[in-house]
Formats: sequence, structure tokens, C-alpha cells
Amino acid sequence: MSGAGQHAQAEDAGHIRGTIVHDTIVAARAPWSHVVAEGETLRIIDLEGNQAVDCILYNARDTDERYSAPETIVAQNNIFLTTGTRLISTEGRTLMTITADTCGRHDTIGGACSCESNTLRYGHHTRHQHACVENFLIESARRGMGKRDMTSNINWFMNVPVESDGSLGIVDGLSAPGKYVDLRADMDTLVMVSNCPQINNPCNAFNPTPVRMVVYR
Amino acid sequence: MATSETATPRGAMEHARAKAEREAAAVRHKPTIPACNAKNVPDGVSLETLCWDECLGPGGYASRVLERGTTLRIDDLEGDACVSLLVYNADQLHERLNVADTVKVQWQAYLGPGALLLSDMGRVLMSIRADTSAGHDTFCAASSPWSNAARYGSGDNHGPAPSARERFILALAKHGLSRRDIGPGINLFKPVRVQQDGSLAFARLPARPSHVNLQAEMRVLVVLANTPHVLDPRTTYCVGPVRVLAWRGSPTRIDDPLRSSSPERLRAFENTEDYYA
Repeated sequence: MSGAGQHAQAEDAGHIRGTIVHDTIVAARAPWSHVVAEGETLRIIDLEGNQAVDCILYNARDTDERYSAPETIVAQNNIFLTTGTRLISTEGRTLMTITADTCGRHDTIGGACSCESNTLRYGHHTRHQHACVENFLIESARRGMGKRDMTSNINWFMNVPVESDGSLGIVDGLSAPGKYVDLRADMDTLVMVSNCPQINNPCNAFNPTPVRMVVYR
Repeated sequence: MATSETATPRGAMEHARAKAEREAAAVRHKPTIPACNAKNVPDGVSLETLCWDECLGPGGYASRVLERGTTLRIDDLEGDACVSLLVYNADQLHERLNVADTVKVQWQAYLGPGALLLSDMGRVLMSIRADTSAGHDTFCAASSPWSNAARYGSGDNHGPAPSARERFILALAKHGLSRRDIGPGINLFKPVRVQQDGSLAFARLPARPSHVNLQAEMRVLVVLANTPHVLDPRTTYCVGPVRVLAWRGSPTRIDDPLRSSSPERLRAFENTEDYYA
């Protein structure tokens, strides 16, 4: 598919009611971060389908307060994120709320791939492949943050079921071209993203692709 | 003229010393200092290798640096403990337990004997060497001041119902760390299971004493807080005491079957051995 074709498809996939204040394509494998002001909504569009988007949220005014997967899971008593899920901080406050979701569910227990965890899962020879934690560190460094700011994350469009015996794994995705999720900022939120470069598991259908970020109000 | 017995430095000193002697025997949850004087030690553990013996009552917390090869035994004495656990590389505190990697790399969310606690640098912080418990929780992490306030009216360190998160803030401050360094941890002795729809089930099990032995595969800082689980439905602050006992030993050897029990675990041990090479 050509780039233009993909983007047209995305336009068809979701009409935006409001004023667009930011609109960008995040290239395959790339990092991105942006402060979404309270009241604004971030739409993350999976342009070509089955593209995991790893994401950490911070209170933009005090980045020591950040997204907590356990707090989010406990608050809704469910490991899967979808419309209505409040994304809770380490201080028990709502950073953002999922206000629309055409994919159906998203993961928050699978973590972010790293060069180091890749060596465990896929062999020592994969150490030099690009990874989500590298993207988070790149974006953190730009903002005066670093390793200590790495914490639990969300994996938009990623599918991690847990079976009755506790078996879990990243399996084939439920997303498709043009699927999107809307996140309304309930406070000024620094959204940090890694457009996942993973090529060893099905989270990107073994083929990392671009995603589109639209902020509107 | 009659004066208070604590009116002078000498009087206050004698009062303090007499109080310490008089009251120590009455306190139930207390450490053995030094640990080599510990009583009721597991078979095969020699007293000279003991490096920690402490009892954590309801709301108790502790932190300790453990050398490589040290076994940390945590005894749920009455079968109603909930020990929230964080682990760090003691020599490089920005390397820490990564719960997501721990469950993802081992393809298993429910920890038990033989499971490894993995760092965010692809290394083995600790291995679970014995586990007679009903299971643990890798989803809910530390209880919080707001969850405790909702259930017990308070979750502060200075109140009657401290939360694990508040305990962690104190423990970590003593190692130069802050709330920024509290990542998701593990809750020992309180199993939480995921149902088919993704919801969580907190099991109310009959009280049965059990223990877990965690072997330090790196030089680690462990931080423990014994507080009620965030999903525990009881409206009173209920959590049983634990005994924490540790003794020195050797990290996992090359020929240990656990090391090669899966290709992922093998590479985690290889990364750890490479770090110390």
C-alpha cells in the first residue's frame, strides 16, 4: 500500500469532531512524545493494522507522577483496556480516559520490548535490534528524564491473553487498518510513545508500520 | 522536692535503659540482632551464615542488601500475610525488577517454584527456590494510601493502616531513592487470577502457614512491606505476620537444572554470569 492510500483509509476510519491542534505521522520504529493539554483528545490511528504502539503517560507538570498499570487494572478490575477505561497514575489520579476504541481491547501487562529482554526471548544475537525501551530512553533524554522514569506501559493494539493456568503471550493482533483509540486528557499529560520496532513476535505482524497521531479539542 | 525521674540526663538515661530491658520481652515482632543468634533455623542452615532474622507484623516493612547467593526465606506464619516486594540491583539501583518482563519472558503470569524474578536489563535478580504457598500476585502491586483510606479510613505511615506504597517511600528514601523509583512489584502469598473476560479473582483461602525461598542471583536490594492486599474485601486491616530469614550461600551453579529449565531462563542466567564475569 502507498503512504497516501493508507492515510486516506485512516481519514475514512474516523471522523474527528473538533479542532485539530496537532497531526503527525510517526514513522515505523520511531519514538514520539507530546504534551496533550487537559480537555484535548489524542487519537492514535493504526494506519496499516496490527501495529503495537507502546505508551507511557506522565503528569506533564510533575513527571514523578506517571502511568501505573497495576492502579489501572485494579481500578477497573480488568487487565484489558478499552472504551471507558481510566488510565490511572501512581498517585491514584486519572491521567487520561479512553473515550473511543474501534479495536476492542489493548494490553497493559506485556511491557515494552528492550534490547535486553529481546536477548532472553529471541537469542543473544538480537541484542542490537532496535527496541521500545530504546525509543523511550531517546524521548526521555530529550526531556531531561531517563532510566529511572521507565515504568509500566500500555501497548495500544497489542493482544496479550492470559489463560486459566497463567500462560500468557503476545499473540496475533485484533487490530486492522484504520482502527483507532481516543484518549481524553484529564490533566496535562506528557504522552511518550514508541512505535514498536519488534520483528520477532506478532505484535506488529512481523512488519513495523507508521501510525498517525491527531490531537483535537 | 519530688521531681520526675526523667528530669535530668542521668535520670532519663536510666529510665530509657530500664524501659528497653523491661519491654523487649513483651514485643512479639522483633529482629534477632545479630542474626547468627537466631532460634528455630531451618535444617541444614548453619548459624554463621545467617545474615537477617526479622519479624514483620501488620504494616511492617524492611529493606536489606543481600549478597549474591543469599537465600531469603519469607515465612507466612499464620497463613494470612501479604508481602509486597520490590527488588533492585544493589550496585546499580536504576536496574530493577520488571514484572512485565518476568511474566512475558517466562510465558507465565503465576509465579511458583523455579520462577525467576527478572530485571529490566535481562538478568536474574532472584530465583524462587522453594514455595509452599497457594500462589502470588503479579497484577495489582502495592496497596496505596487512597485505597487504604477508602477501606480503612487512612493509609498514611503515621496512621493505623499504612499502605505498601507509603512503606516503600520510607524504605526507598533510606537508599537514596524516591517515589519515582517505585515500579510495579509482586505481592507474595495472595494469589490473584485472571478470568476469561480479563477480570481479576482474589482468592479467600483458608489460613495455612507457608514459606517462599528466594535466592539472590545478583547483589540485590530487597524492599518488603507486609500490608493487606488491595483486593482484600475485609473492611478491617487484616494481615498476618511474617518472619524474614536470610543466610549466605552460592548463586545458581552451571550444572543446576533450573538454569537450563527453559531457553529464556538459560539466557537470563548467561546474561547475569556475563555481568559478573
